[in-house]
Amino acid sequence: MARQRKGIEVSIAMADAVAQADVDVIAAYPITPQTHIVEHLSEIVANGELDAEYVPVESEHSAMSVCCGSSAVGARTFTSTSSQGLALMAEIFFIAASMRLPMVMALANRSLSGPLSIWNDHTDTMMVRDAGWIHIFVENGQESYDNVFCGFRISEDPTVMLPLAVNLDGFILTHMIEPVIYEDNETIRKYLPEMRMKNALHPDNPVSMGCFAMPEIYTEAQMSREQGLLNAYPAIVKAWKEWGDLTGRYYQPIETYRTEDAEYCIVTMGSYGETAMEVVDALREEGEKVGVVKIRLWRPFPFEDFRSAVEGKKSLIVIDRAISFGGPGGPVALELRSALYGRPNAPAIVNYVAGLAGRDVARSDFRKIILEGKAKASKGETEGFTLYGLRG
Amino acid sequence: MDKFSVFSSRLVEKSENFTSGHRACQGCAEALAVRHVMKALGRDTIVAMSTGCMEIISSPLPLTSWRVPWIHNAFENSAAVISGCESGIKAMMRKGKIPAKKINFVAMGGDGATADIGMGALSGALERGHNMVYVCYDNEAYMNTGIQRSSSTPYGASTTTSPAGKMSIGQRTQKKNMAQIAVAHNIPYVATACSSFPFDLMEKVKRAAETPGAAYVHVLSVCPTGWRIPTQDAIKYGRLAVDSCVFPLYEVIDGKYKLSYKPYKKLALTEYLKGQGRFRHLTDKEIELIQQRVDKDYERILRLSKEEE
Amino acid sequence: MAKPMEKITWQELEAGSVVTEIGNARVYETGSWRSERPVVEASQCIKCGVCWLFCPDSCIVKAADGHFEADLTYCKGCGICAKECPVGCITMIAEEE
Repeated sequence: MARQRKGIEVSIAMADAVAQADVDVIAAYPITPQTHIVEHLSEIVANGELDAEYVPVESEHSAMSVCCGSSAVGARTFTSTSSQGLALMAEIFFIAASMRLPMVMALANRSLSGPLSIWNDHTDTMMVRDAGWIHIFVENGQESYDNVFCGFRISEDPTVMLPLAVNLDGFILTHMIEPVIYEDNETIRKYLPEMRMKNALHPDNPVSMGCFAMPEIYTEAQMSREQGLLNAYPAIVKAWKEWGDLTGRYYQPIETYRTEDAEYCIVTMGSYGETAMEVVDALREEGEKVGVVKIRLWRPFPFEDFRSAVEGKKSLIVIDRAISFGGPGGPVALELRSALYGRPNAPAIVNYVAGLAGRDVARSDFRKIILEGKAKASKGETEGFTLYGLRG
Repeated sequence: MDKFSVFSSRLVEKSENFTSGHRACQGCAEALAVRHVMKALGRDTIVAMSTGCMEIISSPLPLTSWRVPWIHNAFENSAAVISGCESGIKAMMRKGKIPAKKINFVAMGGDGATADIGMGALSGALERGHNMVYVCYDNEAYMNTGIQRSSSTPYGASTTTSPAGKMSIGQRTQKKNMAQIAVAHNIPYVATACSSFPFDLMEKVKRAAETPGAAYVHVLSVCPTGWRIPTQDAIKYGRLAVDSCVFPLYEVIDGKYKLSYKPYKKLALTEYLKGQGRFRHLTDKEIELIQQRVDKDYERILRLSKEEE
Repeated sequence: MAKPMEKITWQELEAGSVVTEIGNARVYETGSWRSERPVVEASQCIKCGVCWLFCPDSCIVKAADGHFEADLTYCKGCGICAKECPVGCITMIAEEE
């Protein structure tokens, strides 16, 4: 494939990226809004454009299990899911990380039942926040496409060997038609070498994987896993840098927009970043000293990048797309509060939970959240969270 | 002379791919079945094992009893995990990423992992027709967690969650027939076996591994701890299960039934039940009812195998 | 040989806690569980190997003269060999005897 710019649905672009990455095994189960990705992949395999095994499993639990098996033998492995599908595979999702099995998942973020809803928010991904996967959030079609390659590169890096989820907002991204630059296969081959797994399951080099741990050794196994995730940070930064050097598109764990002289910032994760930037542009016209902080890397959380991005700011208005029921706020705000806790002159954090299950958050809503949040911060009203747009 | 009456230990594979040092209970015929299965399969085998007795006793980190590539992932998913191993190796061989080689892909699980929690994953794998063998080691309860009933526990057996009592006969449901469920998937090979008949067991496992597509082998695995029998009697009770026709040995090859062994004289059910603590509470009348059920099930297998009693 | 689990540091674990030393469970000597041990009357042994075939712990070994006996390092004393021996040349005796 030659380098070209296409107007294309983001799900299709992602599937095309998976094919360009020359995956060996795809195992998936249909669930909205991820379906277009796997439908297109099965079509690519059926047409002979990608030589891979497409395993049409009977459940998401088995999808993740098949992925564990194929990754364990050293095959490049891809899957995709959403919401209830992720919930059903949650058990194996954790095990995949503990066994250090590289794979890439397109996680088309959707609300969790109940009540049943097929629309977008981040409650599904927050459920597996602590599983030990690498989590990247993307904002648009190009980022979705690019991060399939970066995802495999990071996940299969011998110093990392961890599963990786590319989180993209369901519908808002998956079903959007956008211009996406496709890189040529030569560039992809240069960037993404074949996976070389040291302890892949094979009769020529027998190993035992997934042994059980007594209390005497469970702690050490968990530390090994934690260190694996921490080691991923430099590999992630390097993979993004090299992708940028090849394509001109660079990614950072924390990205900022007009923050240099900003007194306060709105913090987003996922596709909201695009709208936030537009609203900030408008507010800047009115003299508001506001910027945007976007979290691209959610796990391992880039504490230092975040702290330096918000240093000297008076306040942060954090938009969460999920509730931690009975807790002190949304999961992102919680993370940021703990990242700044006890630091002198740390910015005040005001937390909004907005856009649950795809409820529209328009530019006017962003504007309202930003200005209201700023006012709250100046009055010291920083406890808990506000459920934006709630009736009654 | 057939394979059931001749001693030919010398002809059996000597190497042990499932080594000593495993922590199975004394007299565990399930560990023995694993040993036999691994002798039949040889080194060019990848095993995916469900959580359960055999997994726990063979893999306490940093030790392993396995000499073949082995993976344990979770309780209910060994059939799906081996599907992934098979698919991955198949794709990589086809694409020239690794050299071509015949590898046996084998999933193993207990009766809980197979008939209860993992049945969806197993059904999916059989339906998709991966080139794999699924071996169920059926000790007729959740022995690893302390003898709780499963859907594979036979009617009348007392377990810790189907205890016999004033108001209970013990297990109130009939044993789920997993081999028949496997047959219903129209896979090319299904067999029942028991480690008390090691040559038959090993032959069936070899045949299953040589069969292209999905194969299922259901192995009755006597558990002295859970069945409450003396440890030295583990082999004897397997034999009694087969000779009383409670657990007939047969194969279903491409849908055709073939009885592997017909007892010279069919033993009465009581021969099998007596001495097992889990059945101690059964009355003669209750045993008679169970006998009728055994007869009916066995006649069905005979009929399907076109044999006459 | 594998270190005891309580001595292993986290840095010594392979990624994913993969065990690369196959069959290393042999360092665990299950013979310590035993309360009875099999004693073979070698002169009566017909060298058929039934005991070997039915041992769940693979602990029956062939002696130099061809008769079979239990490797007490692993023998858990279940008694299957004694029970299954077709000529009855194996007896279980209590460990304290």
